[in-house]
Amino acid sequence: MTPTTTANGEQPIYGLLAEFKDADALVAAATRTRDEGYARVDAYAPFSVPGLPEAVGFRRDRVALVTLIGGIIGGGGIYFLQWYSAVVNYPINSGGRPFNSWPAFIPPTFECTVLGAALFAFFGYLLLSGLPKLHHPIFNAKEFDLATRSRFFLCIEALDPKFEREATERFLSSLDPTCVSVVPFSP
Amino acid sequence: MPSAITATSHRVDEERIKFLRGRYSYATISDKISDIVLTRPTHWGYYAGFALCTLLTLLFVIAIAYLFKTGVGIWGVDIPIAWAFAITNFVWWVGIGHAGTFISAFLLLLRQKWRTSVNRFAEAMTIFAVAMAGVMPILHLGRPWFFYWLVPYPDIMNVWPQWRSPLVWDIFAIGTYIIVSILFWYMGLIPDLATLRDRTDHRIKQILYGIFALGWRGESRQWKRFDTAYLLMAGLATPLVISVHSVVSLDFSIGNTPGWHSTIFPPYFVAGALFSGFAMALTLAIPLRAIFGLKDFITARHLDNIAKVMLVCGLLVAYSYVVEIFMAFYSGDRFEKFMILNRMSGPYAPIYWTVIFCNVAVPQLMWWKRVRLSTLTLFVISIVVNIGMWLERFMIIVTSLHRDFLPSSWDVYYPTFWDWATLFGSLGAFGWLFLMFVRFLPAISISEMRKLVLEKKEGET
Repeated sequence: MTPTTTANGEQPIYGLLAEFKDADALVAAATRTRDEGYARVDAYAPFSVPGLPEAVGFRRDRVALVTLIGGIIGGGGIYFLQWYSAVVNYPINSGGRPFNSWPAFIPPTFECTVLGAALFAFFGYLLLSGLPKLHHPIFNAKEFDLATRSRFFLCIEALDPKFEREATERFLSSLDPTCVSVVPFSP
Repeated sequence: MPSAITATSHRVDEERIKFLRGRYSYATISDKISDIVLTRPTHWGYYAGFALCTLLTLLFVIAIAYLFKTGVGIWGVDIPIAWAFAITNFVWWVGIGHAGTFISAFLLLLRQKWRTSVNRFAEAMTIFAVAMAGVMPILHLGRPWFFYWLVPYPDIMNVWPQWRSPLVWDIFAIGTYIIVSILFWYMGLIPDLATLRDRTDHRIKQILYGIFALGWRGESRQWKRFDTAYLLMAGLATPLVISVHSVVSLDFSIGNTPGWHSTIFPPYFVAGALFSGFAMALTLAIPLRAIFGLKDFITARHLDNIAKVMLVCGLLVAYSYVVEIFMAFYSGDRFEKFMILNRMSGPYAPIYWTVIFCNVAVPQLMWWKRVRLSTLTLFVISIVVNIGMWLERFMIIVTSLHRDFLPSSWDVYYPTFWDWATLFGSLGAFGWLFLMFVRFLPAISISEMRKLVLEKKEGET
């Protein structure tokens, strides 16, 4: 739920956004913001900046675990299906081979392991990242459309316990940004 | 070192062999690539190619419609040659797809920087080639409307697929391959779709690119998960490529037909697949960089590297040819020996010797750096290898079938008009899809190019 106005009639805000001149400046600013005690910090960059996720306090992503689970489900599932159909449900003597002729069951098992792992990796990455989410308040920020082109941004969310409009704005300005702007909830 | 001498004697322009030429910033490189899709007027060469591909695609549709209406009798196939053009096309198209995955996945694992500007269009090549490949076995079925019987699903007939058959393995391999290729490609596209969403002023484009960008914001946590998932997908796609063409080769080698029944088939087919796929990558990259002015991104260095990989794959393929001949005589099996001699001097001898010329003789030109740096020569070699690899698949399939164990059933296969229509129609449909792709999606990964700009900057300071 998004409030439309606050008690004193002001537009509520999503957060404060500072822009930095390059990737290194963004990483340095993110580190200092975390050190200052802010918890809800997001950094936006046009490419994957090394060290930036750690600087905003991202500890571990669970994509690899999800992928492993997908691979096990895919491979185990198809092997079970082959075993069940060839041994239990409809056993056929095919050239005297054992019903559970496991070497012949390996190709589908391998393929479905890869398939399960890839599907889980892709959808796991999307869901863990909160995507798809076509609208987000950050898109209301001035010049934010350049974040996917060439600009580097750091946002401190208003929900942060330490967030205070003036104090936070002063703090962001002290980080040597190129500019600081307000992210409103509605455009 | 002798390279010092050659470097001064015919000195190659240093700038020409970089992975990224010119001075670009994050902004200019983003604009340059996205403008191809968003604002740049279309080159006349594009329209000419598009018109030709559209006509061939229509021919493909007509050939398929006529086939579904009449049956496989419209083709030249008969007993004993029940497999011919459709299966040749299938194996050839799958093989072409493999180079795309190899470039995007395997080179990512090896941290090869030259991958960055060629991976996107190579992945697109994979998807469209595998799409063409996937159609072929279905067309080839006598009753194509029952193709789904290969898939295990609960039905009242209570009949399961025969799990010990390579044809069932095949549908799992190809099905997995196309799905994983699309996911991998789309995943890499999401940040670029967001760039297009934010760069265009056109409302409908904003909405369409916006929907497919899924609301990508470029937040650092998203990037981190993106990197992990992308690397994992690359790690999964690399063995997948090897497995897919190995399974395709098992379609043949599990049968006892002379010329098919051989343990060298899986590696032989994988090497051939990469060989033809890298040739197709060159066939597509050379006009692409010329028409869209991408010579700063797809540089002579990229073409040089692709040519080197092709040379290695070509040598592996040549080695396989030699082993085939050796094993036939070493085995002492009269049918195997006859098969090889018949390939070299029988009714299909011209095809055999054309294959040797295209796949063994011509690629040796790429030992010379001068050849590898000459765009036109490389383009011609790539076409020659494409033809040679198609003929190789045809040779393997048809020469083994047309002289089987029983001389009374021997026959010679002649393609009909509809065989040719299916082959050239699929080429047209592939080209059509590829041309649509370069017009509506960035043919080079924008976000990865920005990272290359960063690395180049760090390298200079």
